[in-house]
Amino acid sequence: MSSDTVAPATSAQEPGGAPSGFEDDRSADSLGASVRAYVDRVRGGDLGALPAVLGILVLGLLFFALRPETFLTPRNMANLADQAAPIIILAMGLVFVLLLGEIDLSAGVVSGVCAAVMAKLLADAGSPWYVAVAAAIVTGVLIGLFTGSLVGLVGIPSFVVTLALFLGWQGFTLRLIGEGGTVPVRDPVISALSDKNLPVVLGWVLAVLVIALYAVLQLRRWSTQRSKGLAHQPLTVVLIRVGVIALVVVLVTAVMSVDRAPAPGVVLAGIPYAIPLVVLLLLALTFLLGRTGFGRHVYAVGGNAEAARRAGIDVTRIRVAVFVIGSTLAAVSGIVAAARLGSVAPGSGGGNALLYAVGAAVIGGTSLFGGRGRVRDAVLGGLVVAIIANGLGLLGTEAYLNFIITGGVLLLAASVDALARRRAAATGH
Amino acid sequence: MSESTGRPEDGTPTLELRGVDKSFGVVQVLHGVSMKVYPGQVTALVGDNGAGKSTLIKSIAGIHGIDAGEVLFEGRPVSISGPREAAALGIEIVYQDLALADNLDVVQNMFLGRERKNGFVLDEVSMEQAARDTLSKLSVRTLRSVRQLVSSLSGGQRQTVAIAKAVLWESKLVVLDEPTAALGVAQTRQVLDLVRRLADTGHAVIFISHNMVDVFEVADRVATLYLGRMAADIPISGVSRSQVVELITAGRSGSIGIAPADVAAVEV
Repeated sequence: MSSDTVAPATSAQEPGGAPSGFEDDRSADSLGASVRAYVDRVRGGDLGALPAVLGILVLGLLFFALRPETFLTPRNMANLADQAAPIIILAMGLVFVLLLGEIDLSAGVVSGVCAAVMAKLLADAGSPWYVAVAAAIVTGVLIGLFTGSLVGLVGIPSFVVTLALFLGWQGFTLRLIGEGGTVPVRDPVISALSDKNLPVVLGWVLAVLVIALYAVLQLRRWSTQRSKGLAHQPLTVVLIRVGVIALVVVLVTAVMSVDRAPAPGVVLAGIPYAIPLVVLLLLALTFLLGRTGFGRHVYAVGGNAEAARRAGIDVTRIRVAVFVIGSTLAAVSGIVAAARLGSVAPGSGGGNALLYAVGAAVIGGTSLFGGRGRVRDAVLGGLVVAIIANGLGLLGTEAYLNFIITGGVLLLAASVDALARRRAAATGH
Repeated sequence: MSESTGRPEDGTPTLELRGVDKSFGVVQVLHGVSMKVYPGQVTALVGDNGAGKSTLIKSIAGIHGIDAGEVLFEGRPVSISGPREAAALGIEIVYQDLALADNLDVVQNMFLGRERKNGFVLDEVSMEQAARDTLSKLSVRTLRSVRQLVSSLSGGQRQTVAIAKAVLWESKLVVLDEPTAALGVAQTRQVLDLVRRLADTGHAVIFISHNMVDVFEVADRVATLYLGRMAADIPISGVSRSQVVELITAGRSGSIGIAPADVAAVEV
């Protein structure tokens, strides 16, 4: 075989080169086709955000019908945002862990440990708020490294590791705070997370900025894909998406800009600081998962760890990293929860905090089997969970019913996940 | 051992093995295996179960070290001590269980572990273009979209993506481990066409198969392992199907194969 028959790959065009194949990449310009593709996906078991969005709408209408004078008021909506924020942030961390098909049962109590570290530094050592917050976050990172090493390096199933740590860290919090005690969190900067609001004007400016940024990014991506002949969605779909986001942002901003002071004479209006914090985390973590090599590798390890290993991905490193991210976000969630309650107790992060967060991620569409999930799932699912908690509170339901209903919703979400997975396996989606 | 009976091969083999031995503990799996794999040709590697095909492949892939013998890549002696070194040389292995992630799309799978980036950010535009170019070059026309999830592909399409993934990296030698094993007739056709095109685009291809029809359809050379020994490594034009079957089952057929004395020694 002479060397010139060894054609370089570039000159090996097929004669004629008539490009068939990839029909969908070129014919995806019609709106009807995308709608059909979406319906196919849903039928095939890929429900995406559908259950969570439906849940928000149905539950919202239900509680509005039952408590028309209290549920949909600006004051309760601000309260709802406050309630949802710690759940959502904890769930964001769990999305990463769940993407690998792992679980972190200790995430809730880790948020308690980190909040306790912060509260002790604020109250006893008199540290400035940034030192206390940094210490809480570092605690979260270290705990995540520890958990991740036990799972990734030692190879203990995450279920067992985090079940053990669930007990262990509760003891740690109890030791820090002391039996029966609570540590108050009165630092004005930290409390502001919960009891202060963005000035109304600034809220609107940020809202417009967020919408503009989203629109520009989406349209730029669309036009690049189109001009380079890549797979892309029809412009209508992109515009509808931008429109929906804009509508939601405007609606939230408008509701939060209404004066919701309980008594006349004072003005209480503006977006609670918890909302921009959640939005910021949503944007940053979505970027991390969707646009970076690390995020791609997280999905790959969750989808097929062996394939990822053969592709040269350091599976252990990814495994440790998701637990670090999970615990770090648990720390942030603990800080937000402490700001809301104004104190940290030995039971902080215990109880149903974890159940709520796992429920949020799963209701949002993150699979318990790994490989499927997005950061926004935590936001949508977290809202569903918070609406249930908030609405039941307004109804004055007894505590026992609260537990049963929330547990039932988690079970329902997990069943949907399992059934969707079976359906996906059957239909090849 | 591996005398050509057909047309003489000229040029440097992409991969040449000389007298490769490999043992696992007391069990010697490969006995002085020699083999030549030429660019632009499909070399079928055949042999019964347990003949040492997998061990040989894993030695080439750098997963098993060899105990003795020489490996020459494009005429230069090399020692492949890991999968990454194999990949750096231009050796890509497509394993039977494909190693694709179902939850990622075609482009994402093809670039898995070797993503192109602008700084931190994945360069989706260039990856999608390169994936599409590679698939077009291989005349792959069966995919609806390069952005569809691998979970929605048929067995033949998955095999196609796995092979295209191997080609993407300017590989020189592509090893295919039973690529048609689990496929239907039409899909086997697609994959065999693709294997042929791989060779036609200048790649050296090792094609492992138990299916003689496939082997004779697509291969230029056939290398037959018999109980860890290379019974024959010859142009396929010089042998008939029944001779290859004989080589696989008895290590010898007429004047080709392991010398009768050796066969007796092996079988003891």
